[in-house]
Amino acid sequence: MDNTRTTSKIQELTYELKIKDVMIKNIKTVNSEMSICSLGDFLKKNRITGVPVVNEDELVGLISIEDFINCIKNQDKDAIINDKMTTNIETLYEDEPLVHAITKFDKSGFGRFPIISRKNKKLVGIITKSDIIRGILKKLETAYHDEEERRYRASHIFNDIVADEVFFKFQYDVEAKNFDKAGEAATGLKKTLYRLGLSPEIVRRAAISTYEAEINIVSYTDGGKITAYLEPHQIRIVITDIGPGIPDVEKAMKPGFSNAPGWIRELGFGAGMGLPNIKKFTDKMTLRSTVAKGTRLVIIIKLSDYRNGD
Amino acid sequence: MKLIKIQELLEAEAVTGKYDPEIEIEIGCSSDLMSEILAYGKPNSVLLTSLNNIQVINTANVADIGVVCFVMGKIPDDKMINLAKINNITLLTTILTTFESCGRLYKNGLKSCSYLD
Repeated sequence: MDNTRTTSKIQELTYELKIKDVMIKNIKTVNSEMSICSLGDFLKKNRITGVPVVNEDELVGLISIEDFINCIKNQDKDAIINDKMTTNIETLYEDEPLVHAITKFDKSGFGRFPIISRKNKKLVGIITKSDIIRGILKKLETAYHDEEERRYRASHIFNDIVADEVFFKFQYDVEAKNFDKAGEAATGLKKTLYRLGLSPEIVRRAAISTYEAEINIVSYTDGGKITAYLEPHQIRIVITDIGPGIPDVEKAMKPGFSNAPGWIRELGFGAGMGLPNIKKFTDKMTLRSTVAKGTRLVIIIKLSDYRNGD
Repeated sequence: MKLIKIQELLEAEAVTGKYDPEIEIEIGCSSDLMSEILAYGKPNSVLLTSLNNIQVINTANVADIGVVCFVMGKIPDDKMINLAKINNITLLTTILTTFESCGRLYKNGLKSCSYLD
């Protein structure tokens, strides 16, 4: 139990903390004309294992101790950094949440990422896995800093977070015909997503579509469940109910179609806009229904504005 | 348009108590159908409605609408007022009709939200 709680606290922090909170800001850089021999001395002197290559303020590559060792092995002593550096570099923005860096480390296998400013694309820092661990631990503010560091070794944290690609799961039960409680799931989800630092527009779209779905459960079904999953690139919301099901899904999707009873209309809904609204605010929506069994609606909202370039 | 100006034009009373009179409201919308508000309401707007139930507050909350004005003298109940306060939504009430409320705000330069965007 205790372990689960700690894990989710760490997961929360990976959303709350931004890359700029943990990255190394005071960075050393080298010029691409530097010789490989001097690079060896440079890395040794600064006690680092890799360094960004910058020419006149512009990031042009990355070079690591591994490149240096390969040069020595091949007796390629006269080479300069320009010949050996990695130019196909991946970067992250300083204002992205830490979880993006974690996902990127996991997928790419690189040891470090240069961090650039969203405004002018200039290099502002560098991040390694140990910077992430240090940042999270610092934030945890535990009295037993050293013990924590041992307990949550890099591999451990990374396994917990990336293992199943779902970072958070929220679940709400929705009661049938209870209009006083309708909206609690949507507003609860909204609050949580805000707290995790998602952009207001994404949160708004998720909240509105969940709210319409929630109103549908309350109005037309015998009760149901809303489960929202926050995944690396999207919010996936699964809305299920226990019946009675929709006889003609195509008809139900038509704007203006409604068979709402009077009491729903009096409450400000039932104008046949619910499902079209959900479609409007989401990137993908799948509706399956079986009469007498129930309906399953899956909606996806992509976090695209959150991750530049994806 | 400043919130205080909206209150003055509508001769409205603030039922959620004190608010920041300097808040800038850019857009107005009006409907008794909450799905319409969800569909085309905009953040940072005022909603005029004669619907008076808890779902008006939930709608304003999820759609990021900061001000709701109930028309024709409708007064929200305590549960609605509390929920609005928790979510930082200002509730006004005016004796005017929907038509006249919208007319006064529109005449004085408050923009309407288009359902086409």
